[in-house]
Amino acid sequence: MARKNSNREKNTAPFPAFENQARAPTTQPLTPFKRLLKRLSEAYGPSGSEEGVRELVRDEIKQLADQVRVDAFGNLIAQRRGSGSRRKKIMLSAHLDEIGVMVSFIDTRGYARFGTLGAVKPLTLLGARVQFENGAVGIIGRQAQGAARTEIDMEALFIDVSGAPTAIQVGDSACFAREFLEAGDFLIGKALGARAGCAILIETMRRLKKSPHDIFCVFTVQQQVGARGAGAAAFAIQPDVAFVLDAASASDMPGAPAQGIALGKGPAIKFQDEGALTSARAREMLLEAARQTRVPYQLDVTPRAMGDTLPIQAAREGVPTAALALPMRYLNTASEMAHSRDAQDAIELCVMLLQRPV
Amino acid sequence: MFLEKLSNARGIPGDEAQVRALIAEQLKKTVDEYRVDALGNLIALKRATRRNSSRRKILLAAHMDEVGLLVTHIDRDGFVQFDKVGGIDDRVLPSKAVLIGAARVPGVIGFKPQHRSLEAERKKVVAHADLRIDIGAASREDARRVVGPGDSITFDTRFSTFGENCVRGKALDDRAGCALLVEVLRDAYPFDLYAAFTTQEEIGLRGARVAGYSVAPDIALVLEATICDDSPREEEQSPTTRLGAGPALTLADRGLLAHKTLTRFLHETAVAQKIPVQFKQPLVGGTDAGQLHRTRAGVPSAVISLPARYIHSPAAIISLDDFNNALKLLRAALPGLGDLT
Repeated sequence: MARKNSNREKNTAPFPAFENQARAPTTQPLTPFKRLLKRLSEAYGPSGSEEGVRELVRDEIKQLADQVRVDAFGNLIAQRRGSGSRRKKIMLSAHLDEIGVMVSFIDTRGYARFGTLGAVKPLTLLGARVQFENGAVGIIGRQAQGAARTEIDMEALFIDVSGAPTAIQVGDSACFAREFLEAGDFLIGKALGARAGCAILIETMRRLKKSPHDIFCVFTVQQQVGARGAGAAAFAIQPDVAFVLDAASASDMPGAPAQGIALGKGPAIKFQDEGALTSARAREMLLEAARQTRVPYQLDVTPRAMGDTLPIQAAREGVPTAALALPMRYLNTASEMAHSRDAQDAIELCVMLLQRPV
Repeated sequence: MFLEKLSNARGIPGDEAQVRALIAEQLKKTVDEYRVDALGNLIALKRATRRNSSRRKILLAAHMDEVGLLVTHIDRDGFVQFDKVGGIDDRVLPSKAVLIGAARVPGVIGFKPQHRSLEAERKKVVAHADLRIDIGAASREDARRVVGPGDSITFDTRFSTFGENCVRGKALDDRAGCALLVEVLRDAYPFDLYAAFTTQEEIGLRGARVAGYSVAPDIALVLEATICDDSPREEEQSPTTRLGAGPALTLADRGLLAHKTLTRFLHETAVAQKIPVQFKQPLVGGTDAGQLHRTRAGVPSAVISLPARYIHSPAAIISLDDFNNALKLLRAALPGLGDLT
């Protein structure tokens, strides 16, 4: 009892409000990497509508590659030839698309009903702003549900586009509208999981001066709706080994299980997801690269979420495929949150990976 | 009408031989070659007409299988237990007439008469596992002489024409698409046209997966029958499609985000030719295109569907106007696919 009292006294600040000024976050200009991340995070690109964000990525990657093309599926494939005599084909992929909603019906008053693209949860939608490709913004509202105030049915939600009723049509898709934010060491934004993978891949190619291998950077489409695009790219490339860059749910939050990965402790080398077990050989390559660079890393053994690993691994006769994930809080919400140092460590690891023998 | 023969033919997933034979008979006069692959898909090739034609391979696909039932066991007293093959709502099964096996043994899915049903029972859906088919047998031995485990079961519905140019029948999903495709193959095209009459669509697009792989097309177009729930309802909401409003184009369904350029071209062609056309409400249902567009290095794919009321039931209804307009649209749009960019 005595101990509890002393704790309380120690934690009680008499006039906390006076300190707020001093503790206000300092704003500094973003580094070039974070500027890229901001542009990519804020870009519009739900599954099936990746054209805009794909062009942003193409502008960045084209000076870093020998050849850039878009395949029949819409995947962006950038290729850089290696200098080694025994070079292998390495495929690195990140997905362009983010979760979203698609308009299925618009009533006479301008309220739109929608279906979902990817793992959109009704709980995260209420009150959210969503943006369409043409810039129109809608608000997600909920119809009266009587007594059931705590449960939200997706069917009871609608998009209020009163502000621009003629701007949208059935079949148009929207994604979260949310500004990118840097808060101390943390990076926060919509679609951050997807786009951080893209940014890491671009930055890796920028820093990689020389590799013995032929490197294929693939920015895939339609990952969120069931990893549909990646297999097509892997089929065409026929890589000797492949690595998927993605995000993984962190569990360093209140109420989360004690085991699992945390922000700031390095990128996560994945053992599995819902669709695939990563290949031991490719996973070992990630581990060796991590050890050699001495960057911290974590092992993620939870099978949560479905990524591009399976379709790449199962392409043609099979491709050894592993996955490197950026630990992420609040995945599939408008505020996905990552640690800046994890992203830098992931880049360093990837640069090393691409220089080592396969 | 060829559609009548197709609708009356039996062909649950994995047992499409009768439908395949009917279609193959028609193809003899219209295509250059056809073959049956390991999964039972019927794949036909109609070669390009002109020498300087497009080098593209265009694939049109329609599935031959229909949702149905399968005999699993004969009870001691001669009643037939069954399982479902494909998506059928248990609510549509009771008291329906069915045909079992190649011999088309008639039966009825038995149900307790309403006179003897308790009030509570009438409000309940009986699971298909608790239903039995009555084939008029006196004993298991009696029944085993005409049916056995593994026999396929189809609804006993005779195709008929009625109403405002409408037809009624079983298996219109997707025999209507098959009939369309057979018609399309009568014409000549400036590219190699492949037609795949696929198997096992209703249990997970299984035939299309290998058909797409072997054809390796540059463009795929699926001809389907789709959900049509245009009956009046209380709340203001869009139906998935409307009967008689023209063929429906897919923007997105559960397995496909349709190729935008291709779908836009089909829509623009319909509008230019004054052919009625509609968009199917997004993100409902799924078709063989869900597999075909993921073939090899990816295949731009689109879907043209005929609205079918009471789909996946003993008696679906489609409009012959929709059928004819779909055919018109295909004839108008197909020649343009050879050099569509």
